[in-house]
Amino acid sequence: MENKIQISDLRVHYGDTPALNGISFDVHPNEILSIIGPAQSGKTTLLKVINRTLEFTPDAKVEGTVKLDGVDIETIGDVYGLRRRIGMVLPLPVGLPLSIYDNVAFAPRTAGLRTKSELDEIVERCLQQAALWDEVKDRLDTLGTKLSGGQQQRLTIARALSHQPEVLCLDEFSIAIDPVTTMRIEDVLKTLQKEMTILLVTNLVQQAKRLANRTAFFLNGDLIEIDTTDVIFSDTPANQATYDYINGSFG
Amino acid sequence: MDTDIQVSPGAMFTETALDRQKRRIEIVVRIFLLVVTSLMIIPLLLIIGYLLYKALPVLSFEFLFTNPKDNMRAGGIWAPFLGTIYLVVVSLLVSAPIGVFAAVYLNEYARENWFTRITNLAVVNLAGVPSIVHALFGVGAFVLFARLGESILAASLTLAIMTLPVIIASTTEALKAVPMSFREACWNLGATRWQTIRRIVIPNSISGILTGVILQVSRAAGETAPIMFTGAVFYKAIAEGDLFAYNIMEQCMALSLHLFTISTQVPDVTEGIPYATAIMLVGSVLLINAVSIALRVYLRTRKKW
Repeated sequence: MENKIQISDLRVHYGDTPALNGISFDVHPNEILSIIGPAQSGKTTLLKVINRTLEFTPDAKVEGTVKLDGVDIETIGDVYGLRRRIGMVLPLPVGLPLSIYDNVAFAPRTAGLRTKSELDEIVERCLQQAALWDEVKDRLDTLGTKLSGGQQQRLTIARALSHQPEVLCLDEFSIAIDPVTTMRIEDVLKTLQKEMTILLVTNLVQQAKRLANRTAFFLNGDLIEIDTTDVIFSDTPANQATYDYINGSFG
Repeated sequence: MDTDIQVSPGAMFTETALDRQKRRIEIVVRIFLLVVTSLMIIPLLLIIGYLLYKALPVLSFEFLFTNPKDNMRAGGIWAPFLGTIYLVVVSLLVSAPIGVFAAVYLNEYARENWFTRITNLAVVNLAGVPSIVHALFGVGAFVLFARLGESILAASLTLAIMTLPVIIASTTEALKAVPMSFREACWNLGATRWQTIRRIVIPNSISGILTGVILQVSRAAGETAPIMFTGAVFYKAIAEGDLFAYNIMEQCMALSLHLFTISTQVPDVTEGIPYATAIMLVGSVLLINAVSIALRVYLRTRKKW
């Protein structure tokens, strides 16, 4: 099986502060890989490396390689195209100060799509997928920033889906959403898995257990353990720290 | 040890000595702050009131549209008024785009390195340079070196140099007010920096940017030093009522310099004229500030987050 993402010996420093200390692992196509671990363990940094938005952080240094479909992402000339192949959902909901419609149509438009009917189709499909369509279909021209926090987060997910990514990265997406909506989105993710690979950074270990095929445990910039979710959540993961974290002994 | 405190019902609402003292201090502080604030308004009202009282006999549309006459002892202010408009408009046409684009570069593109640091240092220091120094720079750079001669263009460029740093600073503030998370969201969607700036950053900071630029109108209109060696003359007659009476390669009159001249250099000026000139200068500046505030309020009600 060809790996979707291949990470080898990835090191990241912010100035003198290390954030990732040489991690290596693979992401399989169409899997949900959850990444768990306490704060400051490098999870968000990892996602920023994958879509190369870490380049906007002035003093960040990256070593090692990340390959997407076997191609080193550093060698990809069209970095904007790369970012569109990867959907990114950040922890705090960010509705852009545009209408709901324009929020979702933003990425297709920056990629050059102008046809109204195609944009309409994308907006409806993505809002459906993000479980937001029914709540907003009659007011697509209101501002995205006027939605509630949970709705804005689903808007963010719809926006991330609008450029039809091959990999969807979710960084603690459920922080601002109520449990019922979270469950709806989790169902959506299981459906989306057929079309794309999903990287799920989460602080809710139970969410990882519910959704993920495999789970990786990060601690202080190191990859402690990566295995199938069943093994990670069993009584005998390979590393004691994994067991302690999942069972709430620390973190 | 028994720590129960016996409190009779209602006792906690009776005013104690401490409560009375706190209340008195509160009143004193409030009155003091009100008085200090009023001190700020009173001089302005007095100045404008006095000017208006003295100026009323001569203030009229005719005063605005007539050239100074009779060795500036009589007549109106058309030539200096139009000159000031020329100076302000030309200087802002230069400094506003340069200042705004420079601020966009510094805030959105520039990395933290020696070039950015030097530029920021230059901006801060330029803003602190006295206007007479700008004037001498203008003489050297524009009048003599660039061979523009003493002209509206040279004077406007000097004013532009003076207003530029402040426009850069105010634009930077406006850009910084747009949350970083908006930019990150756009970058994650594959937008370039410029697409992000054009679609999200500028539309959401335009009110602050415009306010900063407009406030420089009053500064450019009020300054005398930068223009008196670079393009403003004591007297020049132009076609009355013709908005295109000046050529920007020629010299012009200006309200600020004209006010100085008729108040100190010309004997026997008709009583109300200096006051009326001052009122026109202050009035135009206040009008422009009012427009700027109205614009800001209007754009802020449309603020989107």
